[in-house]
Amino acid sequence: MVLAEMPSPSDEESGPFASVHVTVNGKARGATVETRTLLVHFLRENLGLTGTHIGCDTTNCGACTVLLDGRAVKSCTVLAVQAEGRDVQTVEGLETDGKLHPVQEGFIEEHGLQCGFCTPGMMMCSVALLQKNPHPTEEQIRRAISGNLCRCTGYVNIVKAIQHAANKMDGRSAGGRA
Amino acid sequence: MIPPRFEYFAPSSIDEAVQLLDRFGGEAKVLAGGQSLLPVMKLRLAEPKALIDINRIPALSYIREDGEALRIGAITRTNDLNDSKLIHNRYPILSDAAHEIADPLVRNLGTVGGNVSHGDPANDLPACMLALGAHFVVQGPKGTRTIPAHAFYQDTFVTALESNEILTEIEIPKARSDQGNAYMKLEKRVGDFPIVGVAANLVLNAKGTIESAGLALTAVGPTALKAVEAERSLVGKAPETAAYEKAAELAQGIASPVGDLRGPADYKLAMVRVLALRALHQAASRARGGA
Repeated sequence: MVLAEMPSPSDEESGPFASVHVTVNGKARGATVETRTLLVHFLRENLGLTGTHIGCDTTNCGACTVLLDGRAVKSCTVLAVQAEGRDVQTVEGLETDGKLHPVQEGFIEEHGLQCGFCTPGMMMCSVALLQKNPHPTEEQIRRAISGNLCRCTGYVNIVKAIQHAANKMDGRSAGGRA
Repeated sequence: MIPPRFEYFAPSSIDEAVQLLDRFGGEAKVLAGGQSLLPVMKLRLAEPKALIDINRIPALSYIREDGEALRIGAITRTNDLNDSKLIHNRYPILSDAAHEIADPLVRNLGTVGGNVSHGDPANDLPACMLALGAHFVVQGPKGTRTIPAHAFYQDTFVTALESNEILTEIEIPKARSDQGNAYMKLEKRVGDFPIVGVAANLVLNAKGTIESAGLALTAVGPTALKAVEAERSLVGKAPETAAYEKAAELAQGIASPVGDLRGPADYKLAMVRVLALRALHQAASRARGGA
């Protein structure tokens, strides 16, 4: 396990520290950080995973959405120490073996993004939705992404992108894959 | 925004958590879901010296019904209420509220215990607990005590919970078959705090009249408000519009809304009446076996 991937700041300029070990996208990662470090900063600054965006920083916009033990959460409102020993999934983990996740394909095929800032969070929220409910209605999709704000698209193509992914994943499981 | 510095503890038992709270003498805060606490810390509205994270304490997350009561563990997530068939079928008021609290991502972390003990008059669950006649089980250095919801809310962000006590369980009288309840929330946009919320709980007797009633209001006073006179006015009456109109008027009488970005005070007061009528109609419909 890798500890302190980034050098810790000196004691005179910072407060109590904690050593945090998490599994991120299947890999054991860790660093020693201030107890007040938010999960989103831990991912971006200590682990170098900048795919998770910081948007509003006030629990409104959902740009920082990651999966914590499989549940979609806003990583600007979770402390890194709270993730100790837990499983974190970020947008970087969606592509496997050079193959995009069906949700990523859906966002490409249906033009589910314009500026792209909300997209990582929007996709992680979609992944959590489809894991829990593989055949969501439009209403259920809209409810599920109600904590993720997009200021470009008007959501129409985002909904289509998630439907695209649901159909694709459905076809895949019908073809014999889990 | 980054919260101010604090010492972090993740105790593995309630006893240990209580000892830590006691040691810090009011300078420590309990971290449950953190969906209200971390934002207020970022804004420097709270600067606790220590956070006592109760998420590592086992067996604080449950929803179960026994012979007397529905019992909800303090760390039960808001979305667990949404996912519970027991809640949906027998305590629909809690499903109504849980579906409208913040957004699905916040509900994955936010806890029932945190929602009821934070003391925010705009939180949705306190009014539901007042209408249902819930009790809060709290543990402190001297042991456990049970506080009725109506004695819990003292002022904005001020509750009967001492700084060295932790709310561990919410105890709600077991639902009867001739009972119905509902929570009506008016919001400016999905996921927002309410402009106004009204919680209603009705128990009908064999003759079909109202045996007991609970009615409580969100976001129109310094705390969630229990409309005691409105509740009394309903007892013995037929569950019909005339009785609801009287109760709604009495409920308006205890509301003291403040005009803000969510609407002027007069509008909020008018909405207390409208939502009280709707909540009572819905509660009665559910008591008769309707959806």
